[in-house]
Parts: sequence; C-alpha cells; structure tokens
Amino acid sequence: MPVRQSRRRVEILAEKLIELLIRLCGVSAILFVFGIFFFVFREGAQLLFHGFKFGEFFFSQEWYPSSQSNVRYGALALIAGTASVTALAMLIAVPFGIGAAIFISEFCGPRAKESLKVTIELLAAIPSVVWGFVGLTVMNRVIISLFHTPIGLNVLNGGLILALMSVPIIVSIGEDALKAVPDSYREAALALGVTRWQLIYRVLVPAAKNGLLAAVLLGVGRAVGETMAVLMATGHAVKIPTSIFDSVRTLTATIAAELGEAPVHSNHYQVLFVIGILLFTITFLVNLAADLIVRGLRSK
Amino acid sequence: MIHSFKFQFLRPRPWSRRHLMPSVAVLAVTLACLLAGCSRSSESGGKAKKTMIQDTGSDTMVNLAQAWAEQYATVDPGVSVEVSGGGSGTGIAALVSGTVDIANCSRRFEQQEIDTAKKNTGKEPREFMVGYDALAVYVSKNNPLNEITLEQLADIYAEGGKITKWSQLGVKLPGGSDEIIRVSRQSNSGTYFYFREAILGKGRDFRLGSRDMQGSKDVVELVANTSSAIGYSGMGYNTPEVKQLRVAKKAGDKFYAPTVATTLDHTYPIARPLFMYTLGDPSGAVKKYLDWIHSEEGQKIVVQSGYVPLPKAGS
Repeated sequence: MPVRQSRRRVEILAEKLIELLIRLCGVSAILFVFGIFFFVFREGAQLLFHGFKFGEFFFSQEWYPSSQSNVRYGALALIAGTASVTALAMLIAVPFGIGAAIFISEFCGPRAKESLKVTIELLAAIPSVVWGFVGLTVMNRVIISLFHTPIGLNVLNGGLILALMSVPIIVSIGEDALKAVPDSYREAALALGVTRWQLIYRVLVPAAKNGLLAAVLLGVGRAVGETMAVLMATGHAVKIPTSIFDSVRTLTATIAAELGEAPVHSNHYQVLFVIGILLFTITFLVNLAADLIVRGLRSK
Repeated sequence: MIHSFKFQFLRPRPWSRRHLMPSVAVLAVTLACLLAGCSRSSESGGKAKKTMIQDTGSDTMVNLAQAWAEQYATVDPGVSVEVSGGGSGTGIAALVSGTVDIANCSRRFEQQEIDTAKKNTGKEPREFMVGYDALAVYVSKNNPLNEITLEQLADIYAEGGKITKWSQLGVKLPGGSDEIIRVSRQSNSGTYFYFREAILGKGRDFRLGSRDMQGSKDVVELVANTSSAIGYSGMGYNTPEVKQLRVAKKAGDKFYAPTVATTLDHTYPIARPLFMYTLGDPSGAVKKYLDWIHSEEGQKIVVQSGYVPLPKAGS
C-alpha cells in the first residue's frame, strides 16, 4: 500500500511539473511578443515624443537620412512603395488563391487534392531570399523583354513575387473555410436543382465569406511584412510610383538596408524604429481584423 | 481547423523580423564564446596558436582585402585574417564600437566618427593609406557615349539636376529608350559618400529615384543588364559587359580613362585613396599585417585586384 501511494505521489508530481512546463511554454509566446513590441517601441519612442515631425514623415517623400546639409525623414514614398506592391500582389493573388481554394475544396478528386495541397505547401516553404533571387535574375529579364521597359526591377516584379508568396496562405485558409461549410448546405442546394456554379456563387462563397476574407487579410499581412524578396525585386528607388513599371522602395526594405549603418540611438536609427512601429501597427491591425472575422465565423 | 492554420502563419512572422537585434546579439555572444574556446584549447594544446585579425568594411575593397588575407596566410600561417564587407559605414560602426581590429574604408573618417570612437573606446582611430581607386563611371557596352564631364555627372545625379535623358548628352541609344536609369549605392557606402562629396559638392544631395544597390558588384551587374543605365563603382569591378567612361573635370578639358597611370599623376579627376583604420597605434600581428600590406608583395596584390598601388617610397 505505501509503495503504491508513493508512486502515485511521484506521478502526480511529475504531471504537475510537466503541466507547469507546458504552461510556461504557452506563456512565453505572449512574453516574447510583448517583449519585442516593448523593445521596438522603446527604441523609437524617444524620438516619437520629442520633436518628431509627423507631417514630414507621413506627407513628404524626401528621404535623406544621411544628408550632410539637410537631413529629411519623409516616408511617404516608402509608404506608397509598400502600398503599391502589396495592392498589386493582392490583385493577382486573391483571384488565384480563392479560385484554387474553390477548385481544391469542391471540384477535384481526392488524389488530385492531396497532390495539389502538398505542392502548394511546398510553395510556402521556399525561402524569401530565393524568391528575391528569382525576381532579380529571371523576372528582371522576362519583364524587360516582354514589356520593353528599361529596367525589370519594379512594382510589377515585386508584386508578382509577393503574389506567389501569399497564394499558399490564401489557398490553405480559404480551403479550410470552404470545408467548414456544412454538407447539408450543399445537399439542400443540389436538391433544389442548382448548377455547380450557382452552388459556389450563391451558397458556398456567401456561407464561407468570413473565412475567405480572413484568408485574404492574412495574405495582406504576409505581403506587407515581407522584406528580402521585395528588397531584391523592386529596384530600391525612393519614388512614388506612377505606373507598375516604376521602381519603388518599401518600408521593410529600408529598415533592412539602413539599420546596419545607422549609429545606435542616432535620429536615423530611431526613425527606422518608428518605421518598425508603423509596420507593427499595420500588421497588428490586419491580423486583428482577420482574427475578429474568424471569430465572427465561429460564433455562427 | 482554421484556428490551427491561423497560428501556423501568425506566429513565425513577428518572430523572424522583429527579433533581429537580439538574435544578432545572441549570435555575437555565441561566436565570441566559440572564439574564446578555440584560443584556449589551442593554447593548452601547446601547438601553434592562431591569431585572429578581424577586418570589416568597404565593399569596394572587399575583394582586395580577401586577396591580401589569402596571400598572408602563406606568409604567416599563424595569423588568420577574417574579411567581411558591408560598406565603409559598417566597418566604421564596427571599429568605433571596438568589435573589429581593422576597418576598411573607401573614404576618410568624419570628425564626428573620430569623436565617437574616442568617447567609446578611449582610443583615436589611426589611418593607413593602402592604395588608390579610380572611381569609374559605367554604362552598358552598347551605349555610344564615351566621355562625360563632372558637371554632367552632377546634373544627372544631384537634387535639382537638369539631365534626365540620354539625348541631353547628345547620344541616341540603340534600344530607343531615352530615360537615364541612375544606379547608385546605399547610404552607408563609402563610394556613395565620396561620389556625393567629389561630384555633387559639399552639402548637395542625390536626386531621389535612383536604384540604390547594396554592393559595388551589383551596380556593374545592373548596368550590364540595363542598356539605358549609368552607374559608379570601383575600377576593379570592370567586366567585358560594361564600358568605363572617360572623365573630364569640365567641358573643354581633356578626358581621361581610369587607369593606374592617370590615377597616380592625378589627371583622372575622381580618384580616391583607400584606407585601413585601426584603433590606436597597431601592435603585434595587426602591425605586422599592415607593414606587409605596404611592402612590395602586398602592393603587388593591389595591382592584381585591379586597383592602383601606392607610389614607391622615396620616389
């Protein structure tokens, strides 16, 4: 009897310990996220609250961080760069991604479904620097010879690369959303004699619209935050684009290119962290929106 | 289901990017531990102790510094020189914070940087001239243009400059495209600093909208692939796909090609010295290494790398 009891006590203790460890792991994720936010914010805050020129930052396109006569930190062209590349990427990725999700979920047989899903997941596994490499070498030449532009490193190049990178996310989450629509909806619709197209367009897409929207928003988040691929593919020129054949520079690429040189705690360094805060805010809002939409979906 | 997917994609994102600085710090600490471990074990082994020289900075000089390091390994096997690039600004930042032994620099230290170094480390940076570079202006090899003046260059690159089309320089490109694609460097580059000071003039800035490349080689590569581009880079990066323009100070002056001779007699107008900097007077292995670089053998490598050696002492 005492032996069994002590063994039980050990077991209980071990269980408690493991539970504690797992709990720590769970909490640590939150700690890290807040730690990162705190770190980024602390580095930028000093400038943010002491004479930061919000007007110049948001409404001037003059980005001269290392000028010797007149330092200017106008991020408008960088914001426009990120916005234009992201918008183009979504314009390409959303129809393709949602279309692929509908095909995988509704049209293809189980074998084709598995192979398609594996291939698309493989697309998500390609490192972003490899995408950048493709943009810099292959796409550059293709764009020059197809459109006769003087240079192939532009919004179109970056947008295409980012679209390819966000399609897997949109497909995976979109397909999940479609799968979550109860089969009874399909059966009811088919019993009423609808065609396949009517089934998708009148029943499934409206029923899964929250999930599909969340898929798109997460794709946007991916595109906004991407650094290496756009740094290599967009040409890195501070300029508000007037066509898709203009080179641009994005917010993320600016941080990557300039943080190494900026002396620690100089204004330039802090402005780069302010850009980090701006990016954090954008992706946070996008993720929050996606989260709220998914929540809305689940409560139904 | 949706839940699991969402997290799969949500989590890695904030991680990989925002965690840059701490992970760099962790990496540095790990490296430092490794290095310390290395030297200790070799000391206790009693065998040849390898001395490390950390050499970082200018992208113009990275090939040259690499060639020196490789050659020096045969001269003194007990010393290992670790070379990395990143730009003169990166080298200066590293030297000023005391993490490297030598900073390669294609421009001089600014007074402010000297002050920071003194404040941070208590030592003054020492400057060693190790060779010269003629800053070459590159265009595509199909471009009919052969000559350019510094005034024209300033008009092309500077804020408020007037030249944006090749026809304004009096040439017609074979492809029919007329817009000048300006290729420049990122702002921590010594070449960028030098170009701004020597060609645009003190206090003047670059016009926005140039393609800012991360390395000397990237500039030449982009110019080679783009028929309507113009770019500047070290003379050592010349390839058969591009053409180096002859340069004159102003209209009416004689044009000179960037060569060893025109650099040494100062007729090529945008030649510049290349430097290595140390913190305080160098001693031990670093001093020996710098002496070797200034020796005939070291200077021969400057020529082999496509740059211009120092004039012979005494001449």
